[in-house]
Amino acid sequence: MKDIAIVAFSQSDCLAQAGAANEVELIMPQLHAVFQQVGLNNAQDVDFVCSGSCDYMQGAAFAFVAGVDALGAVPPIKESHVEMDAAWALYESILKIRMGHADSALIYGFGRASSGELPTVLSQQLDPYYLAPLWVDTISLAALQARMMLDQELLTERDMAEVVARCRRSAMNNPHARLSGEVSIESLLAEPGLVSPLRKSDCAPVADGAAAMIICTVEQAHEWSVPYALLSGIDHRIETHNLGMRDLTNSVSTRLAAQTAGVALGPVEVAELYAPFSHQEIILSRALDLKNDTKINPSGGVMAGNLMMASGLSRIGEVFKRIVAGEITRGVAHATSGPCLQHNLVAVLESA
Amino acid sequence: MAKLAAVVGIGQTRYKTRRGDVSIAGLVREAAVNALADAGLGWDDIEAVVIGKAPDMFEGVVMPEIYLTDALGCNGKPMLRVHTAGSVGGSTALVAASHVQSGMFKRVLTVTFEKQSESNAMWALSTPQPFSVHLNAGAGGYFAPIIREYMRRSNAPYDVGIKVAVKDRLHGARNPLAHLQLPDITMQEVEDSMMLWDPIRFLEACPSSDGACAMVIAAEELVSESPKAPAWIRGVAMRSEPTMYAGREEVSPQAGRDCAADVYRQAGITDPRRDLDCAEVYVPFSWYEPMWLENLGFAEPGEGWKLTMSGATSLDEGGDIPWNCSGGVLCSNPIGASGMIRFAEAARQVRGDAGAHQVEGAKLALGHAYGGGAQFFAMWVVGADKP
Amino acid sequence: MSEQAEDITGIETPVYLQYHFTAGSAPARFLSRIREGVLTGQRCPRCSNVYIPPRGSCPACGVPTEEEVVLPDKATVQSFTVVAIPIPNNPIKPPFVIANLVLDGANISFIHLMSECENSAVHIGQRVQAVWKPEEEWTYAMDNIRYFKPIDEPDVPVDQIGKLPITGLEG
Repeated sequence: MKDIAIVAFSQSDCLAQAGAANEVELIMPQLHAVFQQVGLNNAQDVDFVCSGSCDYMQGAAFAFVAGVDALGAVPPIKESHVEMDAAWALYESILKIRMGHADSALIYGFGRASSGELPTVLSQQLDPYYLAPLWVDTISLAALQARMMLDQELLTERDMAEVVARCRRSAMNNPHARLSGEVSIESLLAEPGLVSPLRKSDCAPVADGAAAMIICTVEQAHEWSVPYALLSGIDHRIETHNLGMRDLTNSVSTRLAAQTAGVALGPVEVAELYAPFSHQEIILSRALDLKNDTKINPSGGVMAGNLMMASGLSRIGEVFKRIVAGEITRGVAHATSGPCLQHNLVAVLESA
Repeated sequence: MAKLAAVVGIGQTRYKTRRGDVSIAGLVREAAVNALADAGLGWDDIEAVVIGKAPDMFEGVVMPEIYLTDALGCNGKPMLRVHTAGSVGGSTALVAASHVQSGMFKRVLTVTFEKQSESNAMWALSTPQPFSVHLNAGAGGYFAPIIREYMRRSNAPYDVGIKVAVKDRLHGARNPLAHLQLPDITMQEVEDSMMLWDPIRFLEACPSSDGACAMVIAAEELVSESPKAPAWIRGVAMRSEPTMYAGREEVSPQAGRDCAADVYRQAGITDPRRDLDCAEVYVPFSWYEPMWLENLGFAEPGEGWKLTMSGATSLDEGGDIPWNCSGGVLCSNPIGASGMIRFAEAARQVRGDAGAHQVEGAKLALGHAYGGGAQFFAMWVVGADKP
Repeated sequence: MSEQAEDITGIETPVYLQYHFTAGSAPARFLSRIREGVLTGQRCPRCSNVYIPPRGSCPACGVPTEEEVVLPDKATVQSFTVVAIPIPNNPIKPPFVIANLVLDGANISFIHLMSECENSAVHIGQRVQAVWKPEEEWTYAMDNIRYFKPIDEPDVPVDQIGKLPITGLEG
């Protein structure tokens, strides 16, 4: 099966509110950044384009269509879209390349979650007959999961606070971070509960923004004469929607995806995990069977800023950056979707 | 280099204004169960599920793949949800096919649906946007001026759209699944129907339907595990262009022409009218038949209406290139599924499985879908013979 | 108390979500000007086409559009339709005309209402001019223009629609 190379990645700053910036204005700077990294002009120079976004987040039925205006799609291009995090747009692009209908692809994700009340909007992801009418927001569902972890003594509140503190500290090296800095465990534990047992600090700060990536065949990467990271494995799995029928403390879909993607076939020097809540980082690192020598979320993870619909792609991008910078030779990236880690994607990246 | 893939099972639901007897999960499951039965397979034979539908606001469920995992036997499997506006039914089929054509999967299930009776599709299509003039124009209001420009350029007689409206409904009367069953429709009745967005009359426009369509797509080595004849995928293509740009050709969009040229090249088609036996083409407003006849190379620019008026696209008149034998979008329009229904009906034709709307001896058929401001196109060519 | 309980076959679950909508940076500049009664387009630095309402980029070239161009409020009908479906909260009653209009000096059309016209007399190439709401009603919206009405100027040949300079046909 054809090898996939990642050759470029860019992400916007994680802004609490993007302010006066429409879809095109959010996306275009990131597209230009990745084009520049490779030496391309616009979407005419890649064979396929795929994006990820969510109309409902912006409150407009065809928000993604506006994104096409940022591409320079004249003459017409091969382009598609998933109503999911752009990590899944990456997946669709890999299929296109592997079937021989493209040698390169541009992927981008964007979102303006600040337009609406995200946890409430996402409550409408739930079963429309039994759950959505209860308007159970995502934070409350995550809190249920955290409660289960605590009650089963699978972690402590201190463990959760340690995740937060470590991420905030790591984020100090991340120029795009929304939240970073030194914070003591004690001060975190002293915070009042937001939706018990979650404190506000346990919840990743949601951000507006966009991210973009270019992938291609290894031959194309050599033609462009650009450094690249190899995507040596990728898989994704979804679990039952019924929260009562899942073991919320054990992410089986992440385990399965990790197995198929070949995580255990080599050392995991870095793992960028899309954990919107601190306790979920612990669940995920156990599902990926990460050892103590793995650096988890050196970027600060989404605790530094959660770009909705782009954070999954960003995890992959963060590992890519470290590989081409020569900092590591192998890493794992993860993306998630749905309540309490229902849908998970795992990617393994290696140096060329 | 693309691996060979074929459609080995097709399942649809009966299309109606309102499927009040099933939930959204029930609707998609019905189509999926029908497809699996048609393929002689069970849920465990499916490795991944690809779903597609139009804007979430049509039912009010955000990212419905999350809710539909269980209905589609997807627990522990990969699931993807495609959204490319109106062409989504077609592009979902293409993404599903790419799972197999890439060699990464051997057999996948794909389902598209719309249960638009649950919300208000007309509203969802034209939600008032701040700072813009609210015209409540909807799709008809957008396409009517483009149709008017076609009429001006081609000097087509006023009743071309009426003829298509009658033809597709008569075709639909052969299809027990079609939403609109109008076997007694006449040209006069269509002409007398209310003018909605001049020149589009009520009976020249598509209905709003609930429904779902599903297919099982398998790799070459697994095709023999299914009992019925396969529909081999001979060509796949997608193209997009911006909604508006200076100098954009709106009557015969470049993206449609480029997409057709690509899929024809893959399938070895040089003269679509002669090489294809039939076509299932996304015609939501009747005048789009002559327009797409030209856009897809079946007729020269300005001549599409002549092909229609000659009866060439009519199964009932014994035309040589029947279009939309299933009744098309003019008979059934669950928006998210309509594109896939075109792709699936094309596959039914080459499997010899189209029942009363079968084109005798059909070997090669085109499936076509478009969406947005006629800017997103997805097409495939399927054949009875392995390439 | 009913003799025979009926099956529940559906529930109504209204969805109310509040959104704060922000116009983009380029649309915001356009809206600030229209609030003053001035129509502005933006020119693409690569292909020189003028877009109104501007969205901050040229969709064909994929580059940002910065240069602002003040446009008159006269336009040409590129195409149109006569609509039978009413617009909620709008005093204009069906059947009314919605038209694709190209302002002089612009290179794409936008849709807007036409009024003070015989619907059957509306035609491609027809010249129209904006009828504005009273100045005290002006806000950050395209509907500061109530509608466009026909004016007494010669029709524009079809092949010139979308290509006129700011000065119109005479220019």
